[in-house]
Parts: sequence; structure tokens; C-alpha cells
Amino acid sequence: MPVLKRLWEYTRATQIWNSIFRHGPMDTARNRGLAVLTNVFLHLHPVKVRKSGIRLRFTWCMGGITFFLFLVETATGLLLMFYYHPTVEYAYVDIVDLREQVPLGIMRELHRWGAHAMVITVWLHMLRVFMTGSYKPPREFNWNVGVLLLVLTLLLSFTGYLLPWDQLAMWAVTVGSNMARATPLVGHEGPGAPLLKLGDITLVHAGNDARFALLGGRFVGAGALLRFYVLHCVGIPVVAMVLMAVHFWRVRKDGGISGPV
Amino acid sequence: MAFVDQIKDIVNWLSSPPRFFLLSVIAFFAVLFPGELGPAWLRRLTRPLAAIYRPRVAAVLFGFLGLLFFLSFRDPNFLLIVGKPDNVPIAAMIFLVGFFVWYSLQQGRLNDRLQESGQPVVEKQEAGDPKVLVWPDLVYTEFLCMILWTVFLIIWSIFLKAPIEEPANPAKTPNPSKAPWYFLGLQEMLVYFDPWIAGVLLPGLIILGLMAIPYFDTNPKGNGYYTFKERRLEIAIFLFGFVVLWVWLILIGTFLRGPNQNFFGPYEYWDAHKLVPLINIEFSQLMWVKLLKMPLPSNPMAREIFGLLVVGAYFLVLPRIMGRFWMKRHYEKMGPPRFYVMAFLLLTMLSLPIKMLLRWTMNLHFLVFMPEAFFNI
Repeated sequence: MPVLKRLWEYTRATQIWNSIFRHGPMDTARNRGLAVLTNVFLHLHPVKVRKSGIRLRFTWCMGGITFFLFLVETATGLLLMFYYHPTVEYAYVDIVDLREQVPLGIMRELHRWGAHAMVITVWLHMLRVFMTGSYKPPREFNWNVGVLLLVLTLLLSFTGYLLPWDQLAMWAVTVGSNMARATPLVGHEGPGAPLLKLGDITLVHAGNDARFALLGGRFVGAGALLRFYVLHCVGIPVVAMVLMAVHFWRVRKDGGISGPV
Repeated sequence: MAFVDQIKDIVNWLSSPPRFFLLSVIAFFAVLFPGELGPAWLRRLTRPLAAIYRPRVAAVLFGFLGLLFFLSFRDPNFLLIVGKPDNVPIAAMIFLVGFFVWYSLQQGRLNDRLQESGQPVVEKQEAGDPKVLVWPDLVYTEFLCMILWTVFLIIWSIFLKAPIEEPANPAKTPNPSKAPWYFLGLQEMLVYFDPWIAGVLLPGLIILGLMAIPYFDTNPKGNGYYTFKERRLEIAIFLFGFVVLWVWLILIGTFLRGPNQNFFGPYEYWDAHKLVPLINIEFSQLMWVKLLKMPLPSNPMAREIFGLLVVGAYFLVLPRIMGRFWMKRHYEKMGPPRFYVMAFLLLTMLSLPIKMLLRWTMNLHFLVFMPEAFFNI
């Protein structure tokens, strides 16, 4: 197709194209390296990597899949936010509407199955990193960041669990958050809490303990729904994104994907 | 049909947690160290299990288990629980974790054999090549992976609708009430420990312990390639925690725990009226009343003296013995402070299966029962 070829060559020569991509055609090693270096997203990679390191049978691509699933969750979650009110009156009805009123709609399915899959892939990623000994020096710190990201993944899933506001959601979160009651000192049924007294006044009770702070109330109600929604859509993703940036950057700074010395 | 029912009865019988968990632990060590542990007759018995690391044998085994799994859907009770849309990924997880654990161990054994014959490991053979450019080699792999997963997720979403139950009702507690599936291992611990230990302390120690792994593991070998021989103890501990104490407990919590948190076999009807006698006994009663035929002392410290001694020996004396004898090399390499922190975390981890066994064999409730001081272990 000579026309297309000429159009492509014309596009490449325009000032607009050259202002975005600061490297020449991708046929030399130098330009391929520049393509990675001059792109803010790609530059989280090193320019060159060990061939054995990027073999699928070595990495299983599990970390990459986990990150991709995070992107899927972000995109589908954003669309779901357009149609969802985090209030006791509307939350359940909005979900039912998504199911009943949207022909061929699969956004909620993508979001839910993607979340289940992400929990599993993040575990398998940890398994792979352990089994290849990739947490050993100089990558100790990045393993720590990874553990925190794993915990954040579980918390993301846990906060999202409540949002459909059905029986499964409410009672799973009730069971899960009941633990906070027993937190030492700051949970009203926890050890040490009865000791915190001013005269006859107990300082830690069901109306101000750790569980109350988590749920915004004495039980899973409107306050919990709003809190979990905000944490699910803004709070935890922001922290996770910062840690992910550190995680990927450190992979590069610690010498790329691990390999035998 | 009678034959099938008999098989189901056997599987149900085997799924009772004492048997299921014990069998799993034995199978775990037998498969991890075939022909290496225990007395000579046991080693002879488990040696053929090494065949599992041959891809063909493993493929047949996986195929057989998969077939068994799919045939099980003909059973209405199995279908009811495992066929739940939300349980589909958990069922898939069994096979995924199984496969990847097998695969990493198999790769490790492959590399071990290469090294024994004086050759470099697989990863090293390729590392001799010049490095490749990220664009195009890595970026294209990532792109392809993304497309495949997009297709996979869309197909999954089209064929399996996301479930929605009845609207939330604070006045109607479902039976059983379960935490989200990935926390079911933690919920399972609640059966054996107090809420502040099972729900707050142990999860915190799990996170802390995971983060501490790189600082405990002083073995410089096995960095950046699969191996088993060079890291036997490390791999055994990690896999025991991950496979047996995390994934296995999730399976128990998801598929075997029914109404009133009672245990049910995979082909058993979840009967809410199933009666299970509660006959748990405290260690203090066992020692004072049953063994010494004496009334319980009123002083809590005297009452719990035996339990305190056992727990004290477990956490204070055992680490010393470990450092002096069983893990001498680790002790010398890590130095006392690091070693004792590691030993504490390791013993804490092992206290869960020990507690489970004591509950199942002796109906033991707590070793130390001091509700006066929030101290029950």
C-alpha cells in the first residue's frame, strides 16, 4: 500500500509527531533504547534485559498480569462509579439496575472476576518470586514493598466486597470487621481496653473503638458503606499506585529481573 | 450407582478435617521430600513419589483430578457449593496453585540435576547471551499477555454472571456467615485462638514474617533461578505456610464449612440441624482433675501452671534447642537476635497446626485458659 506508506512517512515528519516522540525510526538499537528512555511509562523498564529473565517460564508474567488487572479494575471501576450511589437507599438498586437494564453489560462482571483473579495472581507472583529466590540481596526492600502491595490488594478487594450491599456483602464485612473489636487497647473487647479508665468512665467502648473508626458506626450501615466506598475508589488505590511506582522502579534499579550471577 | 455412592462416602469420610488436614500434611512432605524423611521403610515407601516430577506422570495425575472434579458436578450437593459463581475462581485456584507449585519444584529439580552434572542452570545457559532490548522483546510479550487476558476476562464475564443476593438486612444473619474467601484462612484460626490473637496478632505477624523473609534467609545460593537442593529448608517452610496453612485452610473454609461452622464433606448436604457435640476441655482440667484427681486451684497462676510450663518451654526453651542442634548452621550464620526472632515467628506459625491437632485428638480447648488476663492460648 504505497499510499499508506507515504501517509505514515508524512506523519512521522510532522512537527506534531516529532514533538511527542523524540526518537527516530525504530530500526536501530539506539532508537529502540531511546523509545524506552524517553517514555515516562516505558522507562520504568530498563533499556536492556537478560533474555532468560523475560522468559514466560521464568516469570509466568504474574506480576505483569497483576498490574494489568489493576488497570482493568481502574477502568471498569470508573465506569461503575458513574452509575452507583454509595447510599443505603440506592446502592443495591443501582447494582440490580446494572444487571437488569443494561443489555449485554459486563462491566460489573469484569470488575468482580478481575478482582478475584487479581488476588490469585498476586499470590502466584509472590510464589514465583520466592521460588526463584528473587528477594535475596539486593532485592530485599522490593520484596517488602511487594508484601505491602499484596496486603493492599486484599484490602481493595475487602472494601469492594461491601459495595453491592447485598446479604453476602454486609455479612462478610460484618464477620471481617468484628476482628477489630478485639484489637489490643483500641478495641472495646480487646485485651487492655478495660484497663483504660478515667475514674468510672471507660475510655474505649463500642462507640469509639477501632471497629467504630473502620465502620463509621456501631454496625455495618450507611457510615460503613460511604467509608468503604471512599477507601475503595480513592484511598487505597492512591497508596497502591505510589507503591507500584516504587516497586517497578526498584525492579529496574536493583538490576532488572533477577537471574543467576 | 452404588459404587459411585461408596466412593462419595469415602471422600466425605476422608474430608473430615482431622483426616483431611493430616493427610494433606503427610502428602505435602512426602511429595516435597520423596524417599528422604523418616525411617527406612517410610523412605522406601515414598521414594516412588519422585515420579510426580516427571511431566507425563504429573499430566496424567492432573488430568485424573480434573476429571474427578468435573464428574463431581453431577452430585447435587457438590454442584450447589462449588458451582456458586463466586466459588469458581477458588476452585480454579486449587489447580493453579497446584500447577505452579509443582512447576517451580520441577524446574528446581531440573536445575539441581544440571548442576550435579557440572552444567550451569537453565537460566544461566541463556544469561550467557547478550542482553536483549526491552523494545521490542519485552514490550511485545507484555502486550500479547494483555490482549490474551482481555479476551479471557471478557469470555469469563459473558458466560458467568456476577451474582447478587437479597438486599442487605441487618436483622437476618445468614447461616453460615463467612468472611470474604481470601480471609477464610484467618477465620479458620478463630476456631483455635481468641479473636485478638487470631484476628489481630497473627495476621500482623504473618505480614511481619513475610516482610522479614529476606533478612532471615542468609543463604546466598539460589538467587535468581529455580532450585530445590540449595534451599530445601527455606522452600519447605514457605510452602508449608503458603500451601497448607493459607490455601488449604481457605479450601476448608470455603467448601467444607457449612451451617453453624460445622464441617461437611464435599458430597454432603449442608444440613443446618446437624448436631455436633461440644466436648472441649481445658488443659488445666485435664491435668488437675483427670490426671491428678484434684480440684482446680483457685489461684489462676497455680491453676494454669502446667499450660504455662508447656507454652513457656515451647517459646523459650525450644528456640535454644533449635539453635544448638537442629538449626545450628542457621544459628551461627544469623547470630542470636535474628535467629530468635525467626524462631519465634516460625514456632508461632507451627502453633496453628499443633493447636488443630490437639483439638481434634484430645478436644483440647486452650493450653492456658486465663480469661482474667485475656490470655488464652
